[in-house]
Amino acid sequence: MTRTAEEIGRTALGPRPLPPLGDQRVAADIASVDTVLSNGLRVIVVHQPTVPMVELRLRIPFAGTDPLHSARAEVLAATLLTGTARRDRVGIDTDLALVGADLTAAVDPERLGISGNALATGFDTLLDVLTDALTAATYADDEVLRERARLVERITVARSQPGTIAREALQKQRYGDHPFTREMPDAADVETVSPEEVRELHRAAVLPRGSVLVVVGDVGLDAAVRQIEAATAGWSAAASAVELPDLPDVTGGELLLVHRPGAVQSQLRMSAQAVSRTDPRYAALQLANLAFGGFFSSRLVENIREDKGYTYHARSALEFTPSGATLLIDTDTASEVTAAALLEIRYELGRLGLVPPSSSEVDTVREYAIGSLLISTSSQSGLASQLGALAALGLGVDWLVDHPRRLAEVTAAEVADAALEFFAPSHYTGVIVGDAGKLEALRALGGVLMP
Amino acid sequence: MTQTHFERFRLPNGLRVVLAPDDTSPVVSVSVHYDVGFRSEPEGRTGFAHLFEHLMFQGSESLEKLAHFRHVQSSGGTFNGSTHPDFTDYFMVLPSAGLERALFLEADRMRAPKLTEENLRNQIDVVKEEIRLNVLNRPYGGFPWILLPPVLYQTFPNAHNGYGDFTDLEQASLADCAAFFDTFYAPANAVLTVCGDFAIERAKELVDKHFGDVTARPAPDRPSFAEPPPAGELRSTHADPHAPLPALAVGYRLPDPIHDVDGYIAALVLAGVLADGDGARLKQRLVHREPLVTDVNAGCGLFGPFEARDPDTFTITAMHTPAVSEDRLLGAIDEELERLAVDGPSDEELAKVTARWVASLHREHDRVVSRTLALGSFELLYGDPAIVYQIPERISAVSRESVAAAAKALRPDSRAVLAVRPAGGDA
Repeated sequence: MTRTAEEIGRTALGPRPLPPLGDQRVAADIASVDTVLSNGLRVIVVHQPTVPMVELRLRIPFAGTDPLHSARAEVLAATLLTGTARRDRVGIDTDLALVGADLTAAVDPERLGISGNALATGFDTLLDVLTDALTAATYADDEVLRERARLVERITVARSQPGTIAREALQKQRYGDHPFTREMPDAADVETVSPEEVRELHRAAVLPRGSVLVVVGDVGLDAAVRQIEAATAGWSAAASAVELPDLPDVTGGELLLVHRPGAVQSQLRMSAQAVSRTDPRYAALQLANLAFGGFFSSRLVENIREDKGYTYHARSALEFTPSGATLLIDTDTASEVTAAALLEIRYELGRLGLVPPSSSEVDTVREYAIGSLLISTSSQSGLASQLGALAALGLGVDWLVDHPRRLAEVTAAEVADAALEFFAPSHYTGVIVGDAGKLEALRALGGVLMP
Repeated sequence: MTQTHFERFRLPNGLRVVLAPDDTSPVVSVSVHYDVGFRSEPEGRTGFAHLFEHLMFQGSESLEKLAHFRHVQSSGGTFNGSTHPDFTDYFMVLPSAGLERALFLEADRMRAPKLTEENLRNQIDVVKEEIRLNVLNRPYGGFPWILLPPVLYQTFPNAHNGYGDFTDLEQASLADCAAFFDTFYAPANAVLTVCGDFAIERAKELVDKHFGDVTARPAPDRPSFAEPPPAGELRSTHADPHAPLPALAVGYRLPDPIHDVDGYIAALVLAGVLADGDGARLKQRLVHREPLVTDVNAGCGLFGPFEARDPDTFTITAMHTPAVSEDRLLGAIDEELERLAVDGPSDEELAKVTARWVASLHREHDRVVSRTLALGSFELLYGDPAIVYQIPERISAVSRESVAAAAKALRPDSRAVLAVRPAGGDA
């Protein structure tokens, strides 16, 4: 049988109508506790027994202004789980593995995050290993020196990634030398970090007051709170964990071209000031962002990917910090179409305010926002991560449960206002990383600071 | 608690169907697996299976270009597709009200995709950007999934680059697309899986309503991709213009994933004993004790386990400093494999690997889309989705002796060694 493409694309019956949506059952209520323990640790527990597992997210605000803070913090995160007074590195791994558990620590300019999971039957062990590290991590000299060396190698590899180069340039472009920009320390600084400095940082900064522990899984609410209270009883301090200083607002301006010789593709990163989840305009902003570039059926993706083929991936997203939020546009394009892609991005930014999303576009993004929230929170790990992010803003389960209503109430006029207010091209600044020799066309376009 | 019950049947046109109701959350996931991956693409058309996956999103008889995405997303859902060595899958997850829509969308493109020259050219551009992003413009692009197979395998299906080279992609024609669709995208060559919040009788009606009149075509003969294991140690180097540090990949042949499931699972446990967690053998020795590498990993399958038929690949990968030679690393790996081959792992090591696997399978199944894809791929590759739920037990049953045998099978005189060497100025 040989058919042409045209023959394949039609049947005798012809096109068929799209079926309507069926009935939607509402999600079951989320049973949860949100409490503050006597040591100042906020604890959120959700009973979600979809699988016999438990997920854990601990957020410890971990900002610092010392120029060497990020180097010390990275070494601390890499060594926190390598030994305590009771367990060495292998002992920690063995105790965790035997109950199907994993525990990892990661740090950024804002917080030290520890995330983990275990078979529900191993929740006690998971808590015991976690609090053992929080209260009695030893930072043995040999472990610190070894992890320091590995970190230097990992930083070298990370800095060869075009995405990392672009991120670092964007942070500097947006925030100068604010501590928020120190997402990855210099290798030379890491090499100077001593075990004693790491121990000192742990004593001074790994603190329960101001931190949040989120637990989601096949656990009883009261029992889990009691277990957590008992396990963390020895973790206490008068001081509070340190939040990131407020960030200055992002102001619009020229994009900076960062030369990367030999690059065959350019990274475009553009950013503008936005508002956070607690702002009354947030739900409208969220929908405006989806319509612009926040999901596949957005104006940006349909234009520069599906119509023009300039990119595989284009996205606009909100980035949250404790003090606010920003919009971030992110795409990578071949060198020869980079200028054309920038032209289209600016066009779509302007168009969003001037020709705002129609009521059918608003309905689409509203359904997507509500549905994708339902989907992402239907797994234990998805819900735990979502709550961990909300907890950083002082929010909790109530906000999450109420958010579909807020989205449902947003009007097309409010989305149009948000589009005009937040997406004006002149509000954006940013960077382009690429081979400057192949990007001369940007000069003709203007608004790009060339090397 | 998520439910493990499922039903399977076959429509008269040959489409296999797996229905797995589970009312834990009011969401539903639908996937279609086609029994064709990049191992089946013809010479001169590398990357075609993946390119064709992109085209399947570009419209069908009832759906203009872009309509597929818009209908899924305006129903509150998300979607994707992916191309593997032996199959291509398409999947979406939606609030459960979207079930009939999801079935309609999958059926429409199975029945009559709209393959046009304009969309083909557009998606060739998009795929080239995808390859620039994931391979050409970054360090360690395609390591090891593109770089290792041409060292380990001799025949085109197993050795070639599944992303494709730009020349081949640019030559793809609409006639190629038509022939590929008619040959490989027959309902008899596909599995439909529905998982989540629905009633089984209603789902059966809807499946029949939307897929029942997809015209039957014969399923293509599936060729064997078997080839003998390497008769020696095969070495190759790859100069990476972006990489700052050398990297090493060692590839071995695995037991037949379909016909020797327990042998394959023993290799899976071996990978855990070697490299899962700080206490694992290679992590202990190579990362911490000696230390020779920044990190080391081991695993079954270039995309994860149970993703391919025979031949499949066991890999060990490591990133290291230029001061450490490949031979030194290989020597240490061989010593550790030899120790395991002679003594086997301890009971505690087995218990650790088993518990971590059980936990990771629970976590995977907690996401309805992962559970759907697992049921669909096991129906396609094994003809038995129930194996999905038997894996924890079968992992628990693995003995010290069988892990020792798996270690013994990873022989230095029958493997591929790929060294990635930094070769650029932009580190």
